[in-house]
Amino acid sequence: MSDIAIQATNLGKRYQLGALGTNYRTLRDTIVDTFTSTTQALLHTGERTVTRAEENRFWALRGLSFDVKKGQVLGVVGRNGAGKSTLLKILSRVTEPTEGQAEIHGRVGSLLEVGTGFHPELTGRENIFLNGAILGMKRTEIAAKFDEIVAFSEVEKFIDTPVKRYSSGMYLRLAFAVAAHLEPEILVVDEVLAVGDAEFQRKCMGKMSDVAQQGRTVLFVSHNMSAILRLTQETMVLDKGQLLMRAPTQEAVDYYLSSGYSRQGERMWEADEIPPSAAPFRPIAIRVKDPRGRVVETIRSTEPFQVEFEYQLAQPLTGLRVGLYFVSPRGEPIFTSFDTDEPAQYERHSARKAGHYFSRCSVPANLFNEGRLVLGVNASSFKIKRYFQDEQALVFSVDGTGAPGSQWAEPRQGPIRPALEWKIEVHS
Amino acid sequence: MSEETTLIRASSGWVALNLKDLWKYRELVYFLIWRDIKVRYKQAALGVAWAIIQPILTMLVFSTVFGKFGKLPTDNSVPYPLFTLAALLPWTLFANALQRSGTSLVGSANLITKIYFPRLIIPISSVMAGLVDFGISFIILIGTMIYFKVSFTWNMLWIIPFTMLTLVTALAVGLWFSALNVRYRDVQQMIPFLVQVWMFASPVAYSAQLITDRKWQIIYGLNPMAGIIQGFRWSLLGGTPPGELMLLSSAVMLVLFIGGLYYFRRMEKTFADTV
Repeated sequence: MSDIAIQATNLGKRYQLGALGTNYRTLRDTIVDTFTSTTQALLHTGERTVTRAEENRFWALRGLSFDVKKGQVLGVVGRNGAGKSTLLKILSRVTEPTEGQAEIHGRVGSLLEVGTGFHPELTGRENIFLNGAILGMKRTEIAAKFDEIVAFSEVEKFIDTPVKRYSSGMYLRLAFAVAAHLEPEILVVDEVLAVGDAEFQRKCMGKMSDVAQQGRTVLFVSHNMSAILRLTQETMVLDKGQLLMRAPTQEAVDYYLSSGYSRQGERMWEADEIPPSAAPFRPIAIRVKDPRGRVVETIRSTEPFQVEFEYQLAQPLTGLRVGLYFVSPRGEPIFTSFDTDEPAQYERHSARKAGHYFSRCSVPANLFNEGRLVLGVNASSFKIKRYFQDEQALVFSVDGTGAPGSQWAEPRQGPIRPALEWKIEVHS
Repeated sequence: MSEETTLIRASSGWVALNLKDLWKYRELVYFLIWRDIKVRYKQAALGVAWAIIQPILTMLVFSTVFGKFGKLPTDNSVPYPLFTLAALLPWTLFANALQRSGTSLVGSANLITKIYFPRLIIPISSVMAGLVDFGISFIILIGTMIYFKVSFTWNMLWIIPFTMLTLVTALAVGLWFSALNVRYRDVQQMIPFLVQVWMFASPVAYSAQLITDRKWQIIYGLNPMAGIIQGFRWSLLGGTPPGELMLLSSAVMLVLFIGGLYYFRRMEKTFADTV
């Protein structure tokens, strides 16, 4: 028995663009296409024009080779559209690769989404059995773990209530509880931690690290760098369907954060990067500006700067707050600030009309150490709804020239480098 | 520890049926049938009563329109209500199974795009889910038979194979339609219309003996449901056994079924990407 759990060789997946979206083919399309290609073949007019089908193809994944050892927890990071989900779908056999192959030794359990197959009309109890069976558990297995699942989900009282009456939190907890009690040899996980409240996320993380410690093989995809850092030792960085690098997680995360994301101090959100659940909130852009109002990639530690978040509201919202997370490249939070933190400001803007908004945050000089900073954004109504969140909206650099202590050419520890007042007294 | 090794790669052309995998997931078939049945009658004020009301009402309508006004003859001078009910049973099983399985894959898109399991399970379980309603209607049939003083014979056991044939026929057509519907949503527009036409092409309201022309009989026999319905009537109410008609029907059904299985398996790999 080898010690390899997954061996992928030259994996590739090509999609037809039309098939990705909502448009499926109608008979008419097929007839038209067949007709076009046939007439082209018949007429044989010099060079063939590309048919509609050919120009609409693209590779979501290409030439990907890697292996995962038994018991290894491997992270996968990459921007939206990098091919992470496609990779997981191939490994969990939801879809077939177009080329290449993967050899998998052991039973695979995939968690591409929690609550797949939950039926709103059925009770919690019924859904546990149904969902378990869909995930590949045997009836006896589910029955044996039933109590454990219910205890983990904390919905004992409502276990015989149809899940359509559950709050979204209860629903998620139950769904995750079922999935978490799957016991495959290889677990493939996508972004399950990106949902739910902080308490739920903590619980998920705890369960995930248990799984990792039990010596099972895990392939873990996430946008959450601190989760990746905590759970994995090694990480692959994917970009545009290709493997950019595979390295110890710390190194890979640093590389990932400092490469793709720096777009000259500005980040715009494309329509396909915004989940439908964000409505009526629509993020447009986030920018870092120097004191002269220019959008810059690097700010100076000794100068104040401004972070500008531009967004639109399609409908009026009450209680909306828009905020920034300042995070170190290692995923450690430095601080969080919301545009309505000040009570007077909150009074004035607790109800926002539909329209085009800018929330600008002025950051004082002499605050950050040199290095790179990750900016995350959040738009939410406290305890009501999180409209939008992007934990790695933008990465920018801080230049330490002239910062306190820069006469000594030595790196200073920590993400901040405030200019503090020192008094030196001499008693002689 | 026995370890399973899976090789994931692009399958080309016509793939093997992989019945072993299907067997491994048999419990899922059970759970999906159970879900369909539970969900169907939840929050319906009359609940399972619908399974009783529907065949009775259809029988009454048919008896009035075709039996009383149309004065259609029956085989073996069986009372018309009984004559039509014996046909409505397999027909309803077939029509419902066809309708449900035809749209089953698209209806389970959320499962297909997230989780692996043999996709055949979806149309299979949606066909089988009709068996409960069938069982309930069967009780009504027995009641009607007692009312009309039909004597029970061993011959009646024949309905077991005929029921199975109904399911296989529905699955055969369902396999084609469900797979086609993933690509071409035209199919789901077509199914209700097809079911309607098909009913008139089957001896539900009338007797197959009305067709006397040899040439037409052969064309008629191409409809697998013609033989099956005829067989149902024969096993319950006596008369002429389906004979030749049944042979032709079974052959057509077998071709449809095996073709459907392979077509489905061939298209299976694209379901998650196109649905």
